[in-house]
Amino acid sequence: MSEQTLKRVDLIFGEYSNEKYKVLATTLERTNEEILQELLDSGLRGRGGAGFPTAMKWKYTAETPGDEKYVVCNADEGEPGTFKDREILYRVPRKVFSGMAICGKVIGAKKGYMYLRGEYKFMVPELVKELAIYHEHAKKLGFDFTIEIRMGSGAYICGEESALFESMEGGRGEPRNKPPYPTTSGFMKKPTVINNVETFVNVLMIMRLGPDQYRKLGTTDSRGSKVFSVSGDTPIPGIYELELGMPLDKFVDEFGDGDTKAVQVGGASGFCVPRKKFKDTVIGFEGVPTGGSMMIFNSSRSMYNVLHNYLEFFEEESCGQCTPCRVGCQQLLKGIVAVKKGEKKAIYLDQLMKLSESMKITAKCGLGQSVANSFSSIVNNFKEEMIY
Amino acid sequence: MTDCKSLIQELAEKYGRERSSLLPILQGVVSANHYVSDTCMTDIAKELDLSAAQVYGTATFYSFLDTEPRGEYVIRVCKTITCDMHGKKTIVQTLEDMLKIKVGETTPNKKFTLLETNCLGWCHEGPAMLINDTPYSGLTSEKVHDIISEYIQK
Repeated sequence: MSEQTLKRVDLIFGEYSNEKYKVLATTLERTNEEILQELLDSGLRGRGGAGFPTAMKWKYTAETPGDEKYVVCNADEGEPGTFKDREILYRVPRKVFSGMAICGKVIGAKKGYMYLRGEYKFMVPELVKELAIYHEHAKKLGFDFTIEIRMGSGAYICGEESALFESMEGGRGEPRNKPPYPTTSGFMKKPTVINNVETFVNVLMIMRLGPDQYRKLGTTDSRGSKVFSVSGDTPIPGIYELELGMPLDKFVDEFGDGDTKAVQVGGASGFCVPRKKFKDTVIGFEGVPTGGSMMIFNSSRSMYNVLHNYLEFFEEESCGQCTPCRVGCQQLLKGIVAVKKGEKKAIYLDQLMKLSESMKITAKCGLGQSVANSFSSIVNNFKEEMIY
Repeated sequence: MTDCKSLIQELAEKYGRERSSLLPILQGVVSANHYVSDTCMTDIAKELDLSAAQVYGTATFYSFLDTEPRGEYVIRVCKTITCDMHGKKTIVQTLEDMLKIKVGETTPNKKFTLLETNCLGWCHEGPAMLINDTPYSGLTSEKVHDIISEYIQK
């Protein structure tokens, strides 16, 4: 592991270029091949959490035949501990729209949607004003790509891409079977690129800086910077843009309150890292990946309560479509309560671990599959707290 | 409460009569009437040429699409981990005391409904709540007192 330290970056939230939609205008002059090559060279991976290489997603969609294609910006930020997309949309919406428009050009789409979570409805008036400015500039540039905002209505699962399409199509937000992937069958079953808010901003910054300068940030597996949402037991909660590939102990030195017991990396669906593992944990795709959520817990917190809170969250937010997730979430919650109350023996936790592993293999989508991440990392590292 | 049929027609003119117009229409009804009634769902189904079951299925899936009557102001307190750690219980207690209702209930004058909800995305400034669409964060008992007093005057 290379010696990485914590480096603050000002890429995403950096100032706009002095002329409105200047980078978009210059990018539109370039060929799609050039743009895709730069994205590929930049090493950009999706910022929503899963980390799929952005250039490949765009390339596959561009290559799928069809006249009707879509660009969707996933602004259904619902992961506990994450609030960076709200901040990005509040501070630099223009960069997001530019990124979407560039995508539209590359894949040959005329229409883009931003799916914004219902909890952020208060932001719509400002975003609509900004969109009017975008449309004015797109018209001036003679570029046919419009963007529309669609609202969610309080369902975590709609952040899952295929559930999001179902929701946009007027249905229940239930994930689809994959394949087919959105690159061939997304919104309205048409080829669609769906990216996180932050990913689109990164695209724009790569177009502005060039891939070489962008690659200087981060590590081999995790290029660029990342916007982190820091919350919990920290004297300085908030939004921070940091270079990827940082070791967790450096992060805790900077953000902890001196008594940090554990850090939940990647929200309720991510991993809980205990103090003894801070030193050996790297935040990035080569270590523990995160969509940006970093929740810090100090030694006054009961990790049983933390896990209980997560499981209640998953039990409510499971769409109920597939049995492993619907029943699994309920049983995990019931199970830890029973062990805590002494109704079941401690060894029952092993059964629950097996159940969470089964969910990982059999659940239909990322929600059910990732419950095991927090469940096993908390139960394994804080077993005493689960029992006594 | 706005008459459902004319409201639905108005919303359908604005958002279209496609299946994909369903969610914006339901959201429009909830924002005007504070909930979507069974009759209203049937009317939407007729307007969009869908089955009532399809409309019901979509409406009941989303936690913000209320299918039972709510007050004029719906208060949703975030109960997810960091808000919980930073004193959500006290906030709920304060609201219950002020409004003299429990979580899940509506005041007799139909002005307030008190609910709990999952992560609102204000984890760095918890505890947080939404009143209709407006977020309030960094809450304390005193702050809640001031906010609610203002709403009571409205």
